[in-house]
Amino acid sequence: MLTNVTINGKTIAVPAGSTILAACQQADIKVPTLCHHPDQQVKAACRVCMVEVEGHRILQPACSYPVHPGMVIHTATPAVREARRTILELMLASHPADCLQCPRNLKCELQQLASEMNVRETPFPKALRELREDQSTVSIKRTPAKCVNCRRCVHACLTTQGIGLLYTAARGRSTVVQTAADAPLSETPCVLCGQCLQACPVGAITEVDDTDKVWDALADLTKHVVVQVAPAIRVALGEEFGGESGSIVTGKLVAALRLLGFDRVFDTDFTADLTILEEGHELLERVTHGGTLPMITSCSPGWVKFAEHNYPNQLAHLSSCKSPQQMFGTLAKTYYAEKSGLLPSSVFVVSIMPCTAKKYEAARPEMASSGYRDVDVVLTTRELARMLKQAGIDWASITADEFDAPLGISTGAGVIFGATGGVMEAALRTVYEVVSGQELGVVDFMEVRGMTGVKEAAVQMGDLVVRVGVAHGLANARQLMEQVASGSSPYHFIEIMCCPGGCIGGGGQPIPTTHAVREKRIRSIYNADQAMVLRKSHQNPAVAELYEEFLKRPLGHKSHSLLHTEYVPREAR
Amino acid sequence: MSEHAAHRREKIRPFVSQAGGLLKALHALQDASPEHFLAPCDLKLVADVFDVPVAKVWGTATFYSLYSTTPRGRYIIRVCESAPCYVVGAMDILKTLEEKLHIKPGQTTDDGRFTLEVASCLGVCGVAPALMVDMHVHGNLTPDKLVSILDNYV
Amino acid sequence: MKYYRAHVLICSGSNCMIKGCRNIRHTLEQELVHHGLQWEVKVVDTGCLGLCEQGPSLIVYPEGVMYGRLATGDIREIVTEHLLKGRLVHRLMQQPTSPTGEVAPLSLTPFFQKQKRIVLKNCGLIDPERLEDYVQTGGYTALATVLDTMTPERVITELKESGLRGRGGAGFSTGKKWELTRAARGEPKYLICNADEGEPGTFKDRLILEGDPHLIIEGMAIGGYATGATQGLVYIRGEYELSIRRMERAIRQARENGLLGKNILGSTYSFDIEVCAGAGAYVCGEETALIESIEGNRGEPRFKPPYPAEKGLWGKPTSVNNVETLANVPAIMEKGAPWYRSLGTPNSPGTKVFTLTGNVVNSGLIEVPMGITLREVIYEIGGGIPNGRQFKMAQTGGTSGGCLAAVHLDIPMDYDSLQSHGSSLGSGALLVMDDSHCIVDLTRCFLKFFVHESCGQCTPCREGTPALYELVDKISRGEASEVALALINRLSRTLQNSSLCALGQTAPVPVLSALRHFWPEIEAHFGGRCPANKCVMGKAVGKSAN
Repeated sequence: MLTNVTINGKTIAVPAGSTILAACQQADIKVPTLCHHPDQQVKAACRVCMVEVEGHRILQPACSYPVHPGMVIHTATPAVREARRTILELMLASHPADCLQCPRNLKCELQQLASEMNVRETPFPKALRELREDQSTVSIKRTPAKCVNCRRCVHACLTTQGIGLLYTAARGRSTVVQTAADAPLSETPCVLCGQCLQACPVGAITEVDDTDKVWDALADLTKHVVVQVAPAIRVALGEEFGGESGSIVTGKLVAALRLLGFDRVFDTDFTADLTILEEGHELLERVTHGGTLPMITSCSPGWVKFAEHNYPNQLAHLSSCKSPQQMFGTLAKTYYAEKSGLLPSSVFVVSIMPCTAKKYEAARPEMASSGYRDVDVVLTTRELARMLKQAGIDWASITADEFDAPLGISTGAGVIFGATGGVMEAALRTVYEVVSGQELGVVDFMEVRGMTGVKEAAVQMGDLVVRVGVAHGLANARQLMEQVASGSSPYHFIEIMCCPGGCIGGGGQPIPTTHAVREKRIRSIYNADQAMVLRKSHQNPAVAELYEEFLKRPLGHKSHSLLHTEYVPREAR
Repeated sequence: MSEHAAHRREKIRPFVSQAGGLLKALHALQDASPEHFLAPCDLKLVADVFDVPVAKVWGTATFYSLYSTTPRGRYIIRVCESAPCYVVGAMDILKTLEEKLHIKPGQTTDDGRFTLEVASCLGVCGVAPALMVDMHVHGNLTPDKLVSILDNYV
Repeated sequence: MKYYRAHVLICSGSNCMIKGCRNIRHTLEQELVHHGLQWEVKVVDTGCLGLCEQGPSLIVYPEGVMYGRLATGDIREIVTEHLLKGRLVHRLMQQPTSPTGEVAPLSLTPFFQKQKRIVLKNCGLIDPERLEDYVQTGGYTALATVLDTMTPERVITELKESGLRGRGGAGFSTGKKWELTRAARGEPKYLICNADEGEPGTFKDRLILEGDPHLIIEGMAIGGYATGATQGLVYIRGEYELSIRRMERAIRQARENGLLGKNILGSTYSFDIEVCAGAGAYVCGEETALIESIEGNRGEPRFKPPYPAEKGLWGKPTSVNNVETLANVPAIMEKGAPWYRSLGTPNSPGTKVFTLTGNVVNSGLIEVPMGITLREVIYEIGGGIPNGRQFKMAQTGGTSGGCLAAVHLDIPMDYDSLQSHGSSLGSGALLVMDDSHCIVDLTRCFLKFFVHESCGQCTPCREGTPALYELVDKISRGEASEVALALINRLSRTLQNSSLCALGQTAPVPVLSALRHFWPEIEAHFGGRCPANKCVMGKAVGKSAN
């Protein structure tokens, strides 16, 4: 049912019950917002979106107020502009003015609002809250003094991720979003997924910046610096240079990395293919020998940490396979070093990840199977973009290049790891052929793709019907895990990705990463897969060579000591 | 689980099904604390029993004036500073207490006896200026009455 | 059945409790025993009589003589002179006697003469801890009549016609609120009594709950019937220990006697009430913040729409009503809308309970018809300004109300008249201030309240109330000039038109009314001078400052 409203003199028909903001968006009239987030429930707390409604004594918040038939709205009257200006001035008075030092400089919503509203100074005395920074983890840094109380991170952690360790505390001017007792993140069950960071409009939550370590390594002539790139980077990095959301920039990405000075530019998709070989055989092993089922994927470190905190008694369900990132690091300092005649101690592994939790994963004590720290530094997509800009690399003009062999060879099954359902689909493509002995005609498993929170499929493979479940976002993961914990899970194999949309929606990706952006990146991931000649992991020639020359066979002795890992039960609260 | 912990859990469990139960649980745990405050273990217990994140319990506990998340004295003095008490001398009362107890609002005496706090209207304006010591209201205050009032609290 | 030849009713509202009425009672009982009168004289604890300034006090019946400003030493005299010998103790009396020795009825004393006690009918007359007392004065008759002879729709119509408006401060039509709740879809429905009385200067709800808890139960039960609510809740602020206890006790009594619970009074209607306590937050008096608090959350108001009538407690249709509002309901049902409309003014029918505080002789609790003037309340009922000082200003409606000057003394006290003069009726708090005070100093005190009580959810209030406080503080210290005025006005406008709830929206009211009615005194501060000699001026004074 439609209803007519008039906005700034323009009459349009909008669905009945729309908010004023939705009506304005439909009319292409811009209303500034801050606490509003397209993927979250309405908060109406910041009051930046106030508009004038004829017949109302006071202004109304566009984000929450519903239209009624014949409503007449004005979005830029003197009263409205005065209110917006005053509110912004009040915010600026309680916000630290160190923009030049802030990682969100030029990408900050508060800066944007101030700039759009032409607010350059504040008449109110500075009133900063004295709150300590939290640098207790290797992944995420909290600067609560910058919190604008928009509560977007609260929603991300509580509703999207089902964890809820950030909440509004205190009252009045002291109000701030913090952990219980303002404990450092390292003392909480935070999984370091960075969804809070993605939601934050300012620099109150940022990633730990490790670019200096990479610059140092690149300048160190005694080091052979190799870089691996996650699947999710190639459909997102372009956004940091003004590109369309989800545009595929693989070639430019490789070229840019080479220009930065990496000795080799490899692809995490390679070890993604490898993971499928190891994990696929692990699944079959469990199915045929009565192992713990359902088996659950383990390449998402945010998910793994979540499982360790919240389902410590179900850790046997997790695949013992390391993540592709970690398998890569180990192989770089063993197989690759050996093959290239390099001293393992001289190999320095950098990984570019869409993920803040990967920094934590790389630093886990057990991730040193090579005899050295397997992955030396993890950079998020954003940090890489910063390095490219620092190096003065002109993104628009670089010409595409290709990954190096052997650790840069991959199949379409590897690239789809970046999307929710991708690991599952990649696994099915291989397991199907192993079990049924037949070639898979159509390699696309559509039921496990897309943004639906929990997905499932039943695939006939020879005599076996393999039932699989897929969840992304930890609140959805909980749904499947409750079944597992109560012994009522109907699945053989479950894929869980910590972040909504899978890795393409990770905490390290370009900001913003909204639902709409996630969908675009996912579409590109499957396009990239479709464009490849080889689309099944077991077809990867470099992986075949790796087994022949080095690992011998999946789940063999060498695989176990280098490519598999164990998990640690942790406290719940 | 220790017997003491189990006892505390059983004490607040009935509140789960009551209206305003979470606040009642916080009141009960704070009242049972000799230092009149909610310790981290109290918040964790409430989070557990009510099945809400502990950050949310922290957010709730730090919102309301009657709760404290830091230890306090044996007796909590709350001096009303709202307008009806203000216009009949509340500030003199506060100043006298600060002098006699050698503390400022938010602080506790060295011997742990009193914590001094300022409060908003207590709803006994008929006997302004007024203060509360725990749940006891003292009204019609003058600076010279204060010593004898405090002497009641050992 | 026992017949007593005299009743002694001792006011045991909170204010008198604080003043030691327990000791008075104890001494009285001792003296009665000592003189062998304990079987002839009944001692009753009753609710607030209203003359809090004169407490502790008691009334002796059947003469209806009130003795006030009592100390335990006075009791023996009352017993021996009045109760034994029938001789009045004039020095303790609150009402005059005629030359022929007749005692003027309490109702004709200046304090009580202009009062019309509907809500406070039983306060001072019954023992609030005895259900029998309440029933004896006609209690629960209205509920019985409603359940027996009226449909819920009829109840709502009657209430709408009576014109009863919310007595917590918002002044919304109670009948309309119940009608919306009834029409909304969702079950169960809730009726909540808002007893989170936090507006400074207001203590009426406390004394109503302490003095006549069954009146609220009856009002709630009628409200539940009208709205379709099956569950009632009384949210009482955490500091009101006695109110909580008396309410819980009254609820138990009502349940035991079929007045609450399943099939009330044998009808098909079931309704029960639970008590919950607040934890110290003025903002929880806002209906949606109160609901959040009951749900175990921070007391942060919700944006409206949706309104609680549609989506309230646990997302279900809920009507939140003030204590005093509910206290009016039984009388209206019993006596009808036309009767109620015969009191007060056309736009503000009925009576209002006011609490007089500050620099006034008779501070305390009164109930008067709407439309009575400020002058009548302060001078005739309140007894004027004590200590030889002059009236300077009165703040109506609590700290979120405006300040009125002497020139406004003849304004009628009703919703619309006060609003048009930049103030409000609000909760009925009436703070009287004499000429020893400074308007700037007082305004700063008012603003400090909002700074402390702001919930912190929305930007204008969280950041704006402390900013406004700081601006007024600067004026007080002589460190501001007229330049600050433009900012004060702009900030005030933003608070009023952009805050999420009434706390932020009304925080600027005292400032704006001070600027409107007391400009010369404020202006003097720009020149570094405080006419009342209250403000401590900073070093940089004069127009060159700031």
